[in-house]
Amino acid sequence: MPYKRTAQRFCCLLVCVIGLSGCAGLRGTGDLGVVIERASGSVQLIETTGRSSLAQISGLGDVSHASVVYSRDERYAYIFGRDGGLSKIDMLQGKLVKRIIQSGNSIGGAISQDGRLLAVSNYTPGGVKVFNADTLDLVADIPASYGKQGQRAKVIGLVDAPGQKFVFSLYEAGEIWVADFSHAAKPVMQKFRNVGKQPYDALITDDGRHYIAGLFGEDGLVMLDMWNLEQGVKRILSGYGRGRQKLPVYKMPHLEGWAMAGDYAFLPAVGQHEVLVVNRHNWKQQRRIKMHGQPVFVMARPDGRHVWVNFAFPRNDTIQVIDTQTMRIIKTLKPGKAVLHMEFTPRGEAVWVSLRDDNRVNVYDTGSFALQTSLPMKNPSGIFFTARAHRIGL
Amino acid sequence: MYNFLAVTLLLLIGTPCYALADVSLTRQAELHHLLKHDCGACHGMSLKGGLGPALTGDVLTGKSRLMLLSTILEGRPGTPMPPWKTFLSREEASWLVDVLLQGQTDAL
Repeated sequence: MPYKRTAQRFCCLLVCVIGLSGCAGLRGTGDLGVVIERASGSVQLIETTGRSSLAQISGLGDVSHASVVYSRDERYAYIFGRDGGLSKIDMLQGKLVKRIIQSGNSIGGAISQDGRLLAVSNYTPGGVKVFNADTLDLVADIPASYGKQGQRAKVIGLVDAPGQKFVFSLYEAGEIWVADFSHAAKPVMQKFRNVGKQPYDALITDDGRHYIAGLFGEDGLVMLDMWNLEQGVKRILSGYGRGRQKLPVYKMPHLEGWAMAGDYAFLPAVGQHEVLVVNRHNWKQQRRIKMHGQPVFVMARPDGRHVWVNFAFPRNDTIQVIDTQTMRIIKTLKPGKAVLHMEFTPRGEAVWVSLRDDNRVNVYDTGSFALQTSLPMKNPSGIFFTARAHRIGL
Repeated sequence: MYNFLAVTLLLLIGTPCYALADVSLTRQAELHHLLKHDCGACHGMSLKGGLGPALTGDVLTGKSRLMLLSTILEGRPGTPMPPWKTFLSREEASWLVDVLLQGQTDAL
């Protein structure tokens, strides 16, 4: 009997050793990331040092609008799928660890300041669900009920904020809610009503202080100062369209990638071929920059010197780069068909660009704009690097 | 309102029932792609809904062809739905309506 037990233990040890060496020895995760393959329910696990794909992980359901957050040790990726799926992926072993279906239709998620809680924003049924990041067990359910009949609103613009908070907006209701999880699993809620018509996406500044929601139904944005919540919401950039006819919008801009560069914030103007430049001290419009099309992602290179912009259908074959010192477009790239997303390496020497309809991800040198490599991927959309683990609001 | 009536009237007069064959096979493939990925940007890739409503066969059953056609071509003022007439002919929009009503999108 004791011999058998020892033999079992030995076998166990052997499997562990083989298992680890099978993962090409020890390595860190700081240069890893995932690329969503939106139409095939899969992701590719990539590394940005050798610029290669390490593994493909499938069986993730509908990931057509999927986004990703990382555990604080950068070991695990959490993928929020369109079909309400929440998948946990081990970045070292390149495999799916756990997957649950937590709603009928979801749009994104966030991880708490301490890394213990995951929040998911849902369209159907409208609300936020919060899970234990380790086990994916449900911790809290926050229905986005509003009005006298208690209708459920779609939840958008969910972000984490310092102090173990989650902040999100209710699309139909025009409300912003703050859920504070600092004391218990049952959050303390603060609700801001009548903030504006149809908040469609939101972001929090990289210091975690200003939560800003874009309004589709109005010519402006709304801001909540997380340091002074008692002051309530404030309108900013009201009338940035200046009454001009809004162009038809074939793809909603994303605010998550909002560029904060030095004293300025760069953001997409809804329904205009423009990027707006806003002074971060007084939140007044500084200027507007004419662009090739309607901006979707407006992303600052990590050093803030350049801002990269992609565009909505039908002008989605182009990227333009703005110099933040001169506020001029210094480069126009034509990477290929349907540029969906861009992600900078942590220190910004390269940018990865997904080309949905070309089935490729291109990697560019951000100094010379030279193409470094092009990797085959199936209908790639979002690109997410592990460095996001240590950024507020991502 | 008058605009909407005028458009409806125009569509009523100008739109016979198009057979699926009126749109070439190549164009049909392009329209399928458009439906899945570009309409899908708001309505979900499998058209089960996103910020925009679901467009699955069961949801659209009983909805008028004309209303769907004018929604695609002219958009819906007051909502984010844009007009697609710049990119789609009436025949092509009509073909899309058929595809949607027949629930063929469920297989997308």
